[in-house]
Amino acid sequence: MKPLLTFLLLAALLTVGVALAEPSDITEAVGGSSWTSSIMFIVFVVGTMGVTYWASRRTKTASDFYTAGGGITGFQNGLAISGDYMSAASFLGITALVYTSGFDGLIYSIGFLVGWPVIMFIMSERLRNLGKFTFSDVVSFRFQQIPIRVFSAFAGITIVLLYLIAQMVGAGALIQTLFGMSFEVAVLIVGILIIGYVTFGGMLATTWVQIIKAVLLLSGATFIAGMSLYFYGFSLEGLFQGAADRHALGEDIFKVGGLVSDPISAISLGIALMFGTAGLPHILMRFFTVPSAKEARKSVFYATGFIGYFYVLTFIIGMGAIAFVMGNPNYFDETGRMFGGDNMPAVHLAHALGGDLFLGFISAVAFATILAVVAGLTLAGASAISNDLYANVINKKATSQQEMRVSRVATIILGIIAILLGIAFQSQNIAFLVGLAFTIAASTTFPVLIMSMYWHDMTTRGAVIGGSLGLISAVVMVVLSPNVWVQVLGNEEAIVPYSNPALFTVVIAFLGIWVFSKLDRSKRAAEDRRRFEAQYIRSQTGIGINKAAEH
Amino acid sequence: MDQSTIDRIKADPNFQRLVKKRSRLAWSLSAIMLLVYYSFIMLVAFLPDVLAIRPFGDSIITLGVPMGVGIILFAFMLTGIYVYKANTEFDKLTAAVRENAE
Repeated sequence: MKPLLTFLLLAALLTVGVALAEPSDITEAVGGSSWTSSIMFIVFVVGTMGVTYWASRRTKTASDFYTAGGGITGFQNGLAISGDYMSAASFLGITALVYTSGFDGLIYSIGFLVGWPVIMFIMSERLRNLGKFTFSDVVSFRFQQIPIRVFSAFAGITIVLLYLIAQMVGAGALIQTLFGMSFEVAVLIVGILIIGYVTFGGMLATTWVQIIKAVLLLSGATFIAGMSLYFYGFSLEGLFQGAADRHALGEDIFKVGGLVSDPISAISLGIALMFGTAGLPHILMRFFTVPSAKEARKSVFYATGFIGYFYVLTFIIGMGAIAFVMGNPNYFDETGRMFGGDNMPAVHLAHALGGDLFLGFISAVAFATILAVVAGLTLAGASAISNDLYANVINKKATSQQEMRVSRVATIILGIIAILLGIAFQSQNIAFLVGLAFTIAASTTFPVLIMSMYWHDMTTRGAVIGGSLGLISAVVMVVLSPNVWVQVLGNEEAIVPYSNPALFTVVIAFLGIWVFSKLDRSKRAAEDRRRFEAQYIRSQTGIGINKAAEH
Repeated sequence: MDQSTIDRIKADPNFQRLVKKRSRLAWSLSAIMLLVYYSFIMLVAFLPDVLAIRPFGDSIITLGVPMGVGIILFAFMLTGIYVYKANTEFDKLTAAVRENAE
């Protein structure tokens, strides 16, 4: 436990140091005296570290580390899942989208939500019955271990990294706003905190922090939305009218705007948001932290309810931010730029409505949100490396300890990469970035997963080639899209005109899987097809599932 | 799982009923969800003016807002239906299949 204590001490010192540092112009402008908010913030961060410490003492085996030992109830897991969803991207990003483009923000919310029921209907049950807790464990039930695990590790890491960027950008902006340091330093601190957090706590810690945070964020968001309405006599119409009066677009904020102007991008976004959910590695893991299929289903039901409620709130909060923050000189510098960047309307609204104390509360909750989501993600990424690449390909005789060690090293490396990318992508809207992570998931892991569950003719070759085609085409098209090619890399004109390529890349992946499976006449292909039956029966009934996942 | 167990389970009428009932429910609910969602996305993509209609008299709230919130509620409802069915009917059938297999 020694290194853990050292880390906690260091992190605490770092946080206090940051808080005590001379408040810059930004904090003065935002908070006046930022003491209350800083203290609130620190109390919260130290509290979550306490949870990590507690959890780390209970994390004994690899199964504890990845699935929290399977001892979480359906209701708790529902909160944890919704915690994963109510990330910085949803809270800060969607409110920011509503703030700038009104109705378009709601389109994102809906897309993020409707993926849930569909995953539950066609996938979660079968996965749960198989008793495998990562994507690669599921697909390697039928397919040849080494190629499929190498593929899934690369796909998993790409998704995790993109998702991580979004969270890092959000966290960085938040710390920057609260303590007035530079964005780079803010991202660095966040990165260090996260690395420590995951390295020591594992899934049990992230599950508990998610649960606590989900409750706090739901209450906080309810409060902000309620206060926004309160100032308009609890009239939704009044608030919306107030927002329309302030916004440059006027009443057009309630119409479909420029964000999804061309049909291809709109449909692509729809596909990505809906199917991406099914392919996200950190969400899949959540079906296995509960003791039974019944609890797993209940948890999805609760999660859908919480997330739906939350998304309705974000729309109201975004409108509130237009009404109370837009044009308020306290939250903008002389050039008219919002303090902390464009993802901060919800945070400023919290201050406008609830003062310093509430600003501290909301920032702390948002930060814990990011910390917990990122921890879950990093964990998924690290397990892709330690479990798929290391324990199943590189060193097949690896002990549980060795695997854990590799997982921790992987966490540190992922954390460092996330810090660097977070700095590069700092000006992007985070909900949009999450949309891209969903695009990659919808074009890689989702097609492989769903086909392997439903199509008996699929083979290892089809899975690996089809999935890789999806991965490569998605990454290439995202890099060449306006948001990366022009805005991040600074080129003149985008090579691919669509902000979201899912419409093409998902089709490429499915076609690739189909064609290369059909053409596959190898010996292994016969084996892959033969094994479908056993997988099918088990995924329908759960018979043959090992005790560890059962318990 | 050996081949004889597989064959036995496959022949079990309870298993066949379970698979049939569950996939019918799962696919029809998914189809409904997809239909509702993609109708909405198609409106966004091709007929954004429909979403801009103001159904509430003088109110500035457009049709898109209640529609969006409605889809969220609808998704929640569908999940509820499935969970209810699965936790009662399907679990019973699964238990029967398991018993028969062991």
